[in-house]
Amino acid sequence: MPPVITAEGLYKVFGRRPARGVEALRQGRSRDELRADGLTAAVIDASFSVDPGEIFVVMGLSGSGKSTLIRMVNGLLPATDGELRIGDEVLSSMSPAKIREVRRRRISMVFQHFALLPHRTVGENAAYGLEVSGMNRSDREAKATEALEMVGLEGWGGYRPSALSGGMQQRVGLARALAAGTDIMLMDEAFSALDPLIRRDMQDQLIELQQRLEKTVLFITHDLNEAMRIGDRIAMMRDGRIVQVGTSDEILNEPANDYVARFIQDVDRSRVLSASSIMEQPQETLGAAQGPRTAHKLLRESQTPWLVVLKRDRTPAGVLWEDDVARAVRDGEEALPWSTEHGMPVVSHDTPIAELFTLSAQNLSPLIVTDGAGHFAGVIPRVTLLTAAGAALSEDDDAAPALTTSISPEGDAR
Amino acid sequence: MNPDDEFFLRIPLGDGANWLIEWLKANVSWLFDAFSWLMSLLIDGLTDTLLFLPALLMVLLFAVLALVFRSWRFGIATAVFFLFALAIDQWEPMMQTMAQVLVATFFAIIIAVPVGILAATNSTVSAFVRPVLDFMQTMPAFVYLIPAVTFFSIGVVPGIFSTIIFALPPGVRMTELGIRQVDSETVEAGESFGATPGQILRGIQLPLAVPTIMAGVNQVIMLSLSMAVIAGMVGADGSGKEVVQAINTLNLPQGVEAGVGVVLLAVYLDRLTAALGNPASYKGSLIAIAQKSMAQRATAGHT
Repeated sequence: MPPVITAEGLYKVFGRRPARGVEALRQGRSRDELRADGLTAAVIDASFSVDPGEIFVVMGLSGSGKSTLIRMVNGLLPATDGELRIGDEVLSSMSPAKIREVRRRRISMVFQHFALLPHRTVGENAAYGLEVSGMNRSDREAKATEALEMVGLEGWGGYRPSALSGGMQQRVGLARALAAGTDIMLMDEAFSALDPLIRRDMQDQLIELQQRLEKTVLFITHDLNEAMRIGDRIAMMRDGRIVQVGTSDEILNEPANDYVARFIQDVDRSRVLSASSIMEQPQETLGAAQGPRTAHKLLRESQTPWLVVLKRDRTPAGVLWEDDVARAVRDGEEALPWSTEHGMPVVSHDTPIAELFTLSAQNLSPLIVTDGAGHFAGVIPRVTLLTAAGAALSEDDDAAPALTTSISPEGDAR
Repeated sequence: MNPDDEFFLRIPLGDGANWLIEWLKANVSWLFDAFSWLMSLLIDGLTDTLLFLPALLMVLLFAVLALVFRSWRFGIATAVFFLFALAIDQWEPMMQTMAQVLVATFFAIIIAVPVGILAATNSTVSAFVRPVLDFMQTMPAFVYLIPAVTFFSIGVVPGIFSTIIFALPPGVRMTELGIRQVDSETVEAGESFGATPGQILRGIQLPLAVPTIMAGVNQVIMLSLSMAVIAGMVGADGSGKEVVQAINTLNLPQGVEAGVGVVLLAVYLDRLTAALGNPASYKGSLIAIAQKSMAQRATAGHT
């Protein structure tokens, strides 16, 4: 599918005759040199694209140009140079009336300080986008009620925003964006003004809504943990430039430069890295239609005490253990000898590593990792998990490797 | 400095102004006639209306207004003070002055608010309007009466004319301030959902600027009142005329009574318009009580 938002070489320079600033930047002048000229380069040569149904996070500290960037995406700020496309419509060359039409049809926005209209009720606020585009009252009220239900504000439609807590007010902001029925949602530090517990709730709700409604979300934040938690892909911004674009795993594992590396130092890796980033492929897997003899042969070749059995559609069927297989071959059984004492722990590929430990401690079996559709994707033996944990911990704490070695012999995998 | 000094250049600004006034009078007198006709009509009509009903009934009406928009305490105070005005025989001049103030305020506002909106949305207009407002506000109020009498001869109309000019500036300023004060993120929210500048003005900026604009209206009314008293000098009826007569004859009793009438009128209009501008902070008003009970009934019906 073609990207929903495409930015190519976007520049935003504030000041008198900003075009000369773009020229100077292209010739290699620095941001500070421009400042001496009375120009502020907010966004420099930004290129990225956001795919349909993706949560794309732009992450940077204050002054990095991220707020300017998001305002260029819906044309609140016109680009000084470069091209911005929504679908295949070029926003940067549109008339104001045409831009308004695109905003009504495709882009809604959620603001850091909610930006609700205090003189209107919650319901009227949620219906605002539809009111602006001329929908009649009963239709827009129905849609607003629906959107308020989606964000868990059923029955609050008649109240003023001032009667609601901060978290609830931002839910109204979210409902306003949802009710507008656009396929793109811009979120400008949408959760930054909320306290941590509520912020987490809102993040979960956003992820859940996004999966249900398949919106394309461009999310701005200065909080790397938030970025890693909700972002499918993250663009790291610094001093107006995008320094790296990638998934959270890519950014953690291969930071593009020292700046990104310094930034990710205090991220709790075990919460960010997911099962898929540490899983490995077993040497052999067994088809569910095979017999104990084949299993015995594969076990000998792979040198592991267990063997993953897959059904024909590559969903996991179970794990065989060498003692059971040896007994079945000795007794001449035809059916696969499923273990009576070991279970089969299955986890999804996007489970954070931190949540794997309990499961791994309860089961001798390796963790079976499945992809989004339930197909077998890989295994995480206990040793692998503990090694990964050791690597994550040793980032901040040199004592961690000792911990790893002291525990690993217990896991008798391999 | 000595004006007779031969090195000193005397600019005949006053003569210039005189020439301009004469020119205006000669060339656009139809405009002045139209203005004069309209103002006389409105003020006479309103004065007659205010004086049509028995004074006691009017006192009751004013008290009810006070109760509806502010509080029962203000309602009682209104009744007491207006009865007092009646007792010192200031009712008729007070109603005449009130009619002038209301008409002048009305025109000042229908000029001031659009100009204020324009100044808020356009920095060039703002830069131009500001010094003009400063001029209008700081020029001694009496000076306006001179050309006004030239244009309209003596009576109530020149009084109204100078009152409108004198009372206009705070209306413009407060409108501009109110609109510029609206949180920029809220305006951005409007833009980001595709609202046109007109929709943003009507749906976001003006409603949120209302308290500030109403504070401006309050100022306009207060300035109108002070000017309406001055207008007594050129023959406008009302409390002002009483005061001027009292000055001319050094009649202390008449001066005190007329002065107290003006004060009562000022206090009433000030408190009433303050409550109009900021209804949320007057929970004892009849309107607030009615809204509250309606909301309670609605919530009760909901659950």
